[in-house]
Amino acid sequence: MNWQAMKSIYLFEMARTRRTLLQSIVSPVLSTSLYFIVFGSAIGSRIQNIEGVSYGSFITPGLIMLSLLTLCISNGSFGIYFPKFTGTIYELLSSPVSMPEILVGYVGAAASKGLIVGAIILGTAYFFVDVTIQHPLLMITFFVLTAITFSLLGFIIGIWATNFEQLSLIPSLVIPPLTFLGGCFYSINMLPPLWQTVSHFNPVLYLVSGFRWSFYGISDVNPWISLAIIIAFLGVCLVLVSWMFRTGYRLKS
Amino acid sequence: MPKSIISVERLTKTYANGFEALKGVDLEIAEGEILALLGPNGAGKTTLISIICGIVTPSGGRVLAGGHDVVRDFRETRALIGLVPQELTTDQFETVWNTVSFSRGLHGKKPNPAYIEQVLRDLSLWDKKDFMLRQLSGGMKRRVLIAKALSHEPRVLFLDEPTAGVDVNLRKDMWQVVGRLRESGVTIILTTHYIEEAEEIADRVGVIDGGRLLLVEDKVTLMKKLGAKQLILELSEPLGAIPEALSGYGLRLENEGQALVYDYDGHDQTDRIGPFLQALSAAGISFKDLSTRQNSLEDIFVSLIGERA
Ligand SMILES: Nc1ncnc2c1ncn2[C@@H]1O[C@H](COP(=O)(O)OP(=O)(O)OP(=O)(O)O)[C@@H](O)[C@H]1O
Ligand SMILES: [Mg+2]
Repeated sequence: MNWQAMKSIYLFEMARTRRTLLQSIVSPVLSTSLYFIVFGSAIGSRIQNIEGVSYGSFITPGLIMLSLLTLCISNGSFGIYFPKFTGTIYELLSSPVSMPEILVGYVGAAASKGLIVGAIILGTAYFFVDVTIQHPLLMITFFVLTAITFSLLGFIIGIWATNFEQLSLIPSLVIPPLTFLGGCFYSINMLPPLWQTVSHFNPVLYLVSGFRWSFYGISDVNPWISLAIIIAFLGVCLVLVSWMFRTGYRLKS
Repeated sequence: MPKSIISVERLTKTYANGFEALKGVDLEIAEGEILALLGPNGAGKTTLISIICGIVTPSGGRVLAGGHDVVRDFRETRALIGLVPQELTTDQFETVWNTVSFSRGLHGKKPNPAYIEQVLRDLSLWDKKDFMLRQLSGGMKRRVLIAKALSHEPRVLFLDEPTAGVDVNLRKDMWQVVGRLRESGVTIILTTHYIEEAEEIADRVGVIDGGRLLLVEDKVTLMKKLGAKQLILELSEPLGAIPEALSGYGLRLENEGQALVYDYDGHDQTDRIGPFLQALSAAGISFKDLSTRQNSLEDIFVSLIGERA
């Protein structure tokens, strides 16, 4: 194992965050604070409690997930796409580093950034609403697994993308509808029956719901199914990325 | 010849679009030598280097570096090798110091600021260490790429067209650096389009075109071939045979006895032509006209490429 190389990639990526602090940390925290003010305090005060939880508290896990997903995908994809774009990928390919080590470096950094921002948002939430975490272990499991899985998805997108448009295709066109319709802001029990059924095909629903269960013990779906689904999705991403590595897909000619 | 540090055996490469960029290359590179790979655009130089360094997957044949297979034992081989790519590919927003240190880390080496400092000083980059790459000129970026390649103390250094877009001064600096590296025992392989460059710096010269290695020759041997000159005399009267008196000169008759050809070494400083012409007039041979012909590396190059076409 080339630990030194993994560490170098990880620290290099983390250092980039420090340079782009505004974009990578301040902006997601600011936008979620706005969500808390608008939905939590202003509108939320007119909305009745959901299963005994105030609206502002109810949306907190969903908001954290929303930021976590988006950030992990964008960090994960950008991290590997950028060297491909500038050509500095030659260095990774000609170093005594295996593909899994490259993966650990980039995905580890992307997930860490997501987790840092997620934790900051959680901290911010305490200022605006009541937050309780009933099942801290499960909460951390969801939190970390989601960060890793979606950073990995981002990494796959970064390898697949051949231009900036493709790079932003999934984060900007696929993820927002999935997260907004995934029950970040409501319980799917509030939806008409047809849409409830449709929602069950949205993987994000399981993430948000399971995560929320770890906070308040309430959920739209069984939390263990949520956990199984995220693990299954992680498995799919791992299979995909290992295929990419084996074939040198869009990395090596 | 000393033992090979790199050995390329029947190497072929067909790109995904079906293009055959390498058509069976065999090449042995001795430890400590400077080898220049000479060839026109699209010859396959970069492809060859990229396979050795691990950027491109070979289609057939194999490459050993330090006795290890570059595909199977990539950790061993890539740790030996430093690569300066042809394109100026840099992370524009990084500082010189960070990018060079990063390269060392990628190669699994513990940080060694003193060594990095030495490399940067040797390449006259020390005062630029905190500059971002986008603040540097093209020639300085090229030096940063060299520094990155040297950051992990490689035993073999590949320089893919190091002098493209580089001015005379930097070229001189670069050759000095190359010279120092060679003294420290580093094997250097560089590609170039320029014959003079190969002559100036290399121990051996390889000529590559159309995916084939047409020739690899010691520079001295090559220069001997290059030094070969011919004096051609258009005779007033055709000769049937070389006169007895001139037998020591290794003369040839051409063009049905109308031209007399004298081969000599142009690098030899002793005066050959004067005595020869005296001997000629002593033998009573007169001529209408005279001309000389010289082989240049260019001639060899052109004739090699011509033969193949
Ligand atoms: N990824 C690729 N896919 C298809 N063909 C390629 C690819 N890379 C290179 N080639 C082709 O392979 C041939 C050899 O290219 P290579 O870059 O090795 O040449 P070179 O000798 O380095 O040329 P130059 O002096 O211009 O740098 C060229 O015809 C090129 O078009
Ligand atoms: Mg080239």
